[in-house]
Amino acid sequence: MTRTAPPAQPAAAGKTRAPRGQARRGQVQLRRIVTGALGLVVLAALWELYKLLGPADGVVVGGTTLLPRTSDLAMPHLWVMAERVLEPVTGAAAALPLWLVVLQGSMFTLGIAAVGWLVGVTVGLLLALLMQRFRLAESAVLPWIVLSQTVPLIALAPLVRRWGSQIEIGDFSWESWMSVALIASYLAFFPVSVGALRGLASPDANHVDLMHCYAAGWWKTLWRLRLPASVGYLLPALRLAAASAVIGTVVAEVSIGLRGGIGRLIVEYAGAAGGDPGKPWAPIFGSIAVGLLAAGFVGLIGLFLRRFRRGEVAA
Amino acid sequence: MIMESSPGGRAPAVDVGGVSRVFTGRKGASVTALDDVSLTVAPGEFVSLIGPSGCGKSTLLRLIADLDTPTAGSIRVFGKPARQARIDQDYGIAFQQAGLLPWRTVAGNIELPLELHGAGKAARRARAAELIELVGLSDFADNYPDQLSGGMQQRVAIARALAESPSLLLMDEPFGALDEMTRERMQNELVRICGETSAAVVFVTHSIPEAVFLSDRVVVMSPRPGRIRDVLGVGLGDTAERGENLREDEAFFHAVSQVRELLHGEAPTGARGVETR
Repeated sequence: MTRTAPPAQPAAAGKTRAPRGQARRGQVQLRRIVTGALGLVVLAALWELYKLLGPADGVVVGGTTLLPRTSDLAMPHLWVMAERVLEPVTGAAAALPLWLVVLQGSMFTLGIAAVGWLVGVTVGLLLALLMQRFRLAESAVLPWIVLSQTVPLIALAPLVRRWGSQIEIGDFSWESWMSVALIASYLAFFPVSVGALRGLASPDANHVDLMHCYAAGWWKTLWRLRLPASVGYLLPALRLAAASAVIGTVVAEVSIGLRGGIGRLIVEYAGAAGGDPGKPWAPIFGSIAVGLLAAGFVGLIGLFLRRFRRGEVAA
Repeated sequence: MIMESSPGGRAPAVDVGGVSRVFTGRKGASVTALDDVSLTVAPGEFVSLIGPSGCGKSTLLRLIADLDTPTAGSIRVFGKPARQARIDQDYGIAFQQAGLLPWRTVAGNIELPLELHGAGKAARRARAAELIELVGLSDFADNYPDQLSGGMQQRVAIARALAESPSLLLMDEPFGALDEMTRERMQNELVRICGETSAAVVFVTHSIPEAVFLSDRVVVMSPRPGRIRDVLGVGLGDTAERGENLREDEAFFHAVSQVRELLHGEAPTGARGVETR
């Protein structure tokens, strides 16, 4: 650790640093936005460029297609996708515009993913605390946690659904969306439990000794030292969990056959690709938006916990 | 003797009696870090532990702090077992690494022990402000550790150690990572702070001038197994009189060379654990 190494200009620079630092931070922020936008533009340009120049039958080597065909069916123009979004879903008179249907589906999926994320994060944190508290629990539980992620989701979904359908307690009855949320949480808890465990174990021996000197018990040490120290590990884990929850929700919607979400729309519209090549892309963009929103939400949490991430900058 | 200045009848700040600490390795190999060490520190006395690496000086400090338990022998702090003294918060401690919590401000770090032991918010604030003043960091109360130099961080750590007005300070090479100039300035401040708080200090160091400048007594230790080779009374005047001039003083140099001889000399000049003064 190099914590004792003094920063370059500690005391004197303190006053002047703030405004200059802010300006620099602003610049960095701007550059980030520009770089991000540029990435999108490059992606769009690549798409159109390949469509323009690529062979109509794709690049085939020894019978295997390496790059897709460039026909309007396989690779519609970006503007075709954009136009399609504004049109109604079907030719029916009462049909809603495609973007609205996708938006509703996205919100539905986002809601389920959020429930899954919350459950997953709670379970993950509790498991991490258990493992941190009892060494024995770590060696007993950790292998199972790792193993749990090797079970394919597709195999799991029907099981969860069947078990769930047998639950009925008073007025409460298990609904399909709960199965989906459960599967999402099954994916989400993993990074949280592993990340939190690492984070909780991250304080220096020095700090742990100090808490021992203060005669602080496990709970006080947890609250004042281990939890704050784990924030730097926890935030990436939470972001990963958010992405996992979204993917888990979309896949589980498909395999359980839950209507109303993005997963269902993706399957449904894929069938329309033959005559309506722009249509399947709408729910795909919808699911991307859901993922970005989920990641953004975690970023927001990180903003509130900024104070606990100072160590990352200093060390 | 230094004992005279302490209130009569009070238990010694630290009483180490025949302490050994043996670390057992995986394959049955054992290392004797401390072998039958005895030492008494009077209330208000400043005692340095000095010796080469592996002489067990840090181990001894950790034993006094109840961060570790001795294999044999007893340790009493103000008449209580070390464990009880730790639970009662009878000592403050500072390590070589400042060990500040990076997410807390200077004031927040100093308040940490008070917070853990249930002091009220107003009382905490007042005490922290007082200590920040004492260590001369008034302009930095709201700064975070990563905005401070190494010396400043160490000053915060010392303020934190003093937060609950302990009558005993345990310091494990607190200035070890600082440059020479900062180090001397910190030593001057420590002498002043000790004068103001009249706490007993057990100070681990491997710098001879540091030990001599700060201490009433210097305990010279030898390695493998860790033993006390000799105890040298320095007592270069009252804390109030100690200042920069002392470093130029004849008595200072004399004491420095005495400690050096003790450190390097093969044969101990006296029976170990016996004070020669």
